[in-house]
Amino acid sequence: MFGLDRDQAIGTLLLIALLIIAPFILYPVFVMQLLCAALFACAFNLMIGYVGLLSFGHAAFFGMGCYVAAWTMKHWHIDALAAILMGGVAGAALGLPLGWLAIRRSGIYFAMITLALAQMVYFFCVEAPFTGGEDGIQQVPRGHLFGFINLNNDMAMYWLVAAVFLAGFLLIHRIVHSPFGQVLKSIRENEPRATSLGYRTDDYKLIAFVLSTCLAGVAGGAKALVFGIATLTDVHYSTSGEVVLTTLLGGLGTVFGPVVGAAVVVSMENYLARFGDWVTVTQGAVFMVCVLAFRRGIVGEIAARLKLSL
Amino acid sequence: MFMILGVPGPLLFGQVLLGLINGAFYAMLSLGLAVIFGMLNIINFAHGSFFMMGAFVSWMLLNYLGIGYFPSLILAPIIVGAIGILLEKTLISRLYKLDHLYGLLLTFGMSLVVNGLFRNYYGSSGMPYDIPGVLNGAQNLGFMYMPIYRGWVVVAALVVCLATWIAIEKTSLGARLRAATENAPMVQAFGVNVPRLVTLTFGGGVALAAFAGVLAAPIYSVNPNMGDNFINTVFAVVVIGGMGSIIGSVITGFGLGVIEGLTKVFYPQASATVVFLVMVIVLLARPRGLFGRMV
Repeated sequence: MFGLDRDQAIGTLLLIALLIIAPFILYPVFVMQLLCAALFACAFNLMIGYVGLLSFGHAAFFGMGCYVAAWTMKHWHIDALAAILMGGVAGAALGLPLGWLAIRRSGIYFAMITLALAQMVYFFCVEAPFTGGEDGIQQVPRGHLFGFINLNNDMAMYWLVAAVFLAGFLLIHRIVHSPFGQVLKSIRENEPRATSLGYRTDDYKLIAFVLSTCLAGVAGGAKALVFGIATLTDVHYSTSGEVVLTTLLGGLGTVFGPVVGAAVVVSMENYLARFGDWVTVTQGAVFMVCVLAFRRGIVGEIAARLKLSL
Repeated sequence: MFMILGVPGPLLFGQVLLGLINGAFYAMLSLGLAVIFGMLNIINFAHGSFFMMGAFVSWMLLNYLGIGYFPSLILAPIIVGAIGILLEKTLISRLYKLDHLYGLLLTFGMSLVVNGLFRNYYGSSGMPYDIPGVLNGAQNLGFMYMPIYRGWVVVAALVVCLATWIAIEKTSLGARLRAATENAPMVQAFGVNVPRLVTLTFGGGVALAAFAGVLAAPIYSVNPNMGDNFINTVFAVVVIGGMGSIIGSVITGFGLGVIEGLTKVFYPQASATVVFLVMVIVLLARPRGLFGRMV
């Protein structure tokens, strides 16, 4: 099911068990923050891990998801799940034109172009009236799920976020292990060869990009509802850098890496928050250590040691 | 007051001048990026941090040692260039055999560490750095008043860009460098110490960023985020120009600065995004960049 092999199925069951236990042990809002970051990282991992393209502008889609979910929730008072999905629609709608532009180049240029395009989105969000500029969109209500479940209760909100996360996680897994995903991997390994076999590699890359940005938007939408706020930080390029770090630390191209990475990065941010800019320094240092000594990431290393496919 | 296209002349020329100044920084920074990329095949994400360090080192030289602006213009690039060389030797050189993306990620991590450290010790608000006395004041050009320092920045940037061009295109060291960019193993076989050449190139590119930082210190306040503000735009400049040629980087840098300045006059809302819009157009029409080779 979902293309999971035995190791991964066991891992997924373990993950589901953790999802069920977590809110009783940890502060639910913290776990929700973690899950939003994890879904965002999984979406990002779809591009870097399976297509081999490093997007340095994923904050644009995450942030736009935040804004759109927050705006629709606040002004249209729609269902909470609908608002989160609106975030996904926003991510995909933005990802389509930007991806169409960015896939014209690959490698380092792809990273620079996505960074620059995301910067454009950032400046747009600074100027555009609907984002509230520096103030952002504040006091977004969490609303109701299916009209009758009040999400102001943290636990109710938690189950929704957990369900959205799990759906996104399994969807990505399904995508990666479908015939479509196999073509993506072949593009990563040898693009000219994939082309010569008759695949329109640009179409595949674009579809993967849009799927990735859509899920990034969903993650953003969920985050906007959890915290009731959408701000410029969510579209800022430091957020793009953070998702790169999260995925790299967990393990590029692994199934569980982004989730583990998110757990580490979000905990680090929470516990180091009182040290101000030392968070940035620590993140940078972790980045450097990962790149220099630890390129497979946490899950990648474990999987290689134990010879598992995680 | 005379008008051009419905805009007061002095306003127009003032913005063009400001654009030229921003363009001077774009040119110097994208030039350094291009030189480093040509030789090391990495995108130096920490370039903005080295730019910021250039400004900070000149501020420190003045406030801790009493060394003024003009010696700083020489000393700061040397000091920051040495730091760059140290980082290249100890860290970056380990990544040459890997995918180029790892170089980008490593230097991104470096920039986080450096910027974070400076923010910790100096805060984000910024410190003033006075314009040196000789370059203070303004000159009446007839059609507008030009602050002398601004003119100096444009001239100094042009001179440095020209010097870089001469060093790479007209000297024997430059010839070796270009040869090593084309085919490093072959050049090594001829007895040229290529790793040393690579290190020197990185140091040179970093020194160029630091020089730009010293020039920028009196214009923008010296603060840890000054590099960040520039570097994203510079990446767009690099995509627009392509990284194939030195002259290309310089022309693209100045040109985009002026376009940005003009946008401030005619449609201010778009001034922050116009460079990125140009990038989109270039990507549609000529994906390799205006002066670039297809990679």
